[in-house]
Amino acid sequence: MKQRNNIGTWIGFVLIMVWCLLPVVWIISLSFKSVEETAGGSPQFLPKDPTLDNYRDILSNGDFLAALRNSFGIALIATFLAVVFATLAAYAIARLEFKGKRLVLSLALAIAMFPVVSLVGPLFDMWRTFGLFNTWPGLVIPYMSFTLPLAIWTLTAFFREIPWEMEQAAQVDGATSWQAFRKVIVPLAAPGVFTAAILTFFFAWNEFVLAISLTSTTGSRTVPAQLSYFVGPDPFNPPYGQLATASVVVTVPIIVIVLLFQRKIVAGLTSGAVKG
Amino acid sequence: MTTTLSRPPADTKVADRASDRSKAENRLGQKLVAPAVVLMLLVTAWPMLQALYLSLFNYRLTAPDDREFVGLANYSTVLTDSLFWQDMWNTVLIMVVTVAVELVIGFAFAMVMHRVIFARGVIRTSILIPYGIITVVSAFAWQFAFSLNNGFVNSWLPFVEDNFNWFGDHWPAMFAIMVSEIWKTTPFMALLLLAGLSQVSEDMLEAAKVDGATWWQRLWKVILPNMRAAIMVAVLFRALDAYRIFDNIFVMTRGAQETESVSFLTYRQVIEQVQLGVGSALSVLLFLSVLLLAWLIVKLFRVDLAQARGEG
Repeated sequence: MKQRNNIGTWIGFVLIMVWCLLPVVWIISLSFKSVEETAGGSPQFLPKDPTLDNYRDILSNGDFLAALRNSFGIALIATFLAVVFATLAAYAIARLEFKGKRLVLSLALAIAMFPVVSLVGPLFDMWRTFGLFNTWPGLVIPYMSFTLPLAIWTLTAFFREIPWEMEQAAQVDGATSWQAFRKVIVPLAAPGVFTAAILTFFFAWNEFVLAISLTSTTGSRTVPAQLSYFVGPDPFNPPYGQLATASVVVTVPIIVIVLLFQRKIVAGLTSGAVKG
Repeated sequence: MTTTLSRPPADTKVADRASDRSKAENRLGQKLVAPAVVLMLLVTAWPMLQALYLSLFNYRLTAPDDREFVGLANYSTVLTDSLFWQDMWNTVLIMVVTVAVELVIGFAFAMVMHRVIFARGVIRTSILIPYGIITVVSAFAWQFAFSLNNGFVNSWLPFVEDNFNWFGDHWPAMFAIMVSEIWKTTPFMALLLLAGLSQVSEDMLEAAKVDGATWWQRLWKVILPNMRAAIMVAVLFRALDAYRIFDNIFVMTRGAQETESVSFLTYRQVIEQVQLGVGSALSVLLFLSVLLLAWLIVKLFRVDLAQARGEG
């Protein structure tokens, strides 16, 4: 083990916790403030008179629920398809020799850095022509394209670590090729695929530029876009409490995923980033 | 364009010499990557060419019949407009400041996480929350925190008047935007740096300590040079990400108080003004500036991405 933890490390630990959690606690606190309290101005951190009214309002708000449904649907479909395509590509890159391998990796890198906003104009134009404007596929397709680079890299890094000889070893021991694949390779590859799926889901769940540009109604508008249009009846007095409540509701899935899979997410984020 | 680009070139001479097995492997490999490549090009290369084409026209979506070819006039309109340069300056400033601050704080966080021997799961979970949270939510949380009537920042900071309006002036508004950006993305930086830090050999540090190197010397002569690759990858990714800043500005100020970024300007021209001609010229310029930026960072800091990504 490393050296004993000194006081500096303790202070650092506390600072990191405050840094990460303070704004989260703040919006949670805000979500319990009543409309009257925020309308009159409420600069103190905690609510004077905590209430659940905002949650009741938000969870019965049809527009918000539609956005939530769109967000889940679009993010899950995009994640599933992106991971399937990325798995095929990453398997080829990690295991096979073929021409154009470096080209594929460079293309993925270029697309990871692509300024999404510069596509908004042409995509807006094209999607209206193809009837994809304001539809689920209209967002699923670009989300897949923009998450493929991250998914391909993460999976390639994972697949390189898999001892593929074990597949042959299992076959020598009498397993059929399907059994060898099912019982040996799938369990080894699954954590990587799963990690790539989480990172992809985070991207699609978070995406904002395309979500506000390529949608126009609650039929396909996702949560981040819906939140930004959520002004309430009085535009000069935004419904702080309700916005905070909606923010808390959409952050819950993120927190659940992080709590369950923190180790995998960290491994995925840093995979291949440092290997020299 | 997509069809020719998506099919990797068949080099017949090499293929003839290669054995059947490697030929089959070559074909299988290309087949497996083809769907991903087609998808990536479909949504980027094709629209980008479309933007290049549209940028040569005076084209407003509300008056499609008035579309006329104007050559490079849209580009000169953009490049001679002071608003474009103001927004470019804002974007570069936000990028430089946020990445520099994140590098310092992220490194401090990484050092703490590296040395902490208790509650590793707790700290890892906490640091992933800002990373995973929706940027729009982060922007709202900070907008409300800095809000005049409902924010806690004014009452918590001793040197700020209680009635100070953060969104009433250029610099305070820029500050608030940067706080939200830094809060959300420092964890990503910290995790990449932590991965780099764990590659620095403990033996080397021990040896430097025995030789009488101070903490400061060990940091600058041993730790930092040995995690250079990780630092450069983190800086490259974060810089390009910060350069595209949009969500925070959209939610917090909508570009008021001259806080607009190049991305926001492009969005406004295309979606709000439906000026597809000028908007496309901006899109092309934005794309070219990202390419230039990536090239500059890779050249200046000599980032070896292939090596860093394990492609050696």
